[in-house]
Amino acid sequence: MKKTTYILLPVAAVLLAGCASMMPTDYKKMTKDMMFSSFQTKGIATIDRLNQDEIQAACSDAELSGKDLDPGTRKRLEEQELAKVKYPADGQYFGDWAKGEKIAQSGVGMAWTNKADTVNGGNCYACHQLSQKEISYGTLGPSLYHYGKLRGNSEPIVKYTWGKLYNAKAYNACTNMPRFGHLKGLTESQLKDVMALLLDPKSPVNN
Amino acid sequence: MNKRNKKLALLITLPLMLTGWASAQSQVEKDIDKYREMIAEGNPADLWDVKGEALWKKKAGPKNVSLEQCDLGQGPGVVKGAYVSLPRYFADANKVMDLEVRLSYCMKTLQGIDVKDQNYNKDDHKNIVALATYVAAASLGMPVNVPQSHPEEKRMYETGKVAFFYRAGPYDFSCATCHNADDKRIRLQGLPNLTKNEPAGRAFTSWPAYRVSNAQLWPMQKRINDCLRLQRFPDPKFGSEATIALSVYMGVNGKGVASLAPAIKR
Repeated sequence: MKKTTYILLPVAAVLLAGCASMMPTDYKKMTKDMMFSSFQTKGIATIDRLNQDEIQAACSDAELSGKDLDPGTRKRLEEQELAKVKYPADGQYFGDWAKGEKIAQSGVGMAWTNKADTVNGGNCYACHQLSQKEISYGTLGPSLYHYGKLRGNSEPIVKYTWGKLYNAKAYNACTNMPRFGHLKGLTESQLKDVMALLLDPKSPVNN
Repeated sequence: MNKRNKKLALLITLPLMLTGWASAQSQVEKDIDKYREMIAEGNPADLWDVKGEALWKKKAGPKNVSLEQCDLGQGPGVVKGAYVSLPRYFADANKVMDLEVRLSYCMKTLQGIDVKDQNYNKDDHKNIVALATYVAAASLGMPVNVPQSHPEEKRMYETGKVAFFYRAGPYDFSCATCHNADDKRIRLQGLPNLTKNEPAGRAFTSWPAYRVSNAQLWPMQKRINDCLRLQRFPDPKFGSEATIALSVYMGVNGKGVASLAPAIKR
């Protein structure tokens, strides 16, 4: 019995080596290791930020391959994200649009050059047109000029807009837009101010 | 108006021009291009180029030798053409190195100067920026030709590509979030699509660049570092494998594009 084992071992080793050389190189695993060895914690930007959650990993894969998520996965992930949306406990969705405008202008926050108690901005203008007065806006996202004027402020619109700000991935799994509520880019009270900026009839966005 | 006065007039009027146009974004970009063209002749990066050349030729360090025997991939001492063919695999170090890492390696092995990577852009490390500018300028106009013949170079391209699409952090961003589509911008800043040949090549060869907004000269390591800061990632260590892999990905995508460095940026 023992003898057989000794004879089979080299055979097994040769077989294993053969398998390994035939296997496609796992660049994803290699890259993950590379990321963790290449980066270091600096201030609030800690190394654990490199850990991907399920939706980050799924969207990275989809974008790397140039293919959309398959419809089943997309639906499941979006439902998962929608379940993470916390609606305001007091039922009050709107703050001050003027404060919202300041939040939309500010790109401060979450970088290693910021502090844990830094008041974050939403940096909305980096990607979206909002008020017509601000001509320095980006184009990665759609124009939101007249956002409320075009949509009104019925309950479904209000809840959808809140959900979109809180967790944009609930409506479009691999959108470029951050999950401001879920990943704490903005506080609940800041989200209310941005809601007012988008939906208040008096906001410059709707005038 | 002579050239100097023209430049001066444009420098003064440009901010007004930028704020004056509402929707004519392409017009603004055209004017920025014109502005760049006019100041390119007087690019302050030339100062780093001159300093870099002196540093390359000067005997220095405990071994009191110059860098003139440094092999940047084209043979010892060959500067021309080195910039457009980096990063590449170096057998003596058994790894793929970019220009800045290779310069640091030569300073250490030839001159005995132990450049501390953690002192990025300070002390001895500051000289790397000037040296990189000198080496880059010697390839002006030459086509990008980042090699892919060694298995390590191929591996770096593949891991660089995965890293480019790697979403993480509190904003879910990857490099691709901003650099995987045509004609997009952040605020008024145009974003190159780094997955496409022409914009990848132009971006790849734009650094080192003199940045007008902060009067600093930024080499590629610094450019990548600041992108990742804005991506809200942790800090990429100087010369780390991920930074080199991203450079390889960009450089290979930009194959054949004529080198622009040292450039001048907003």
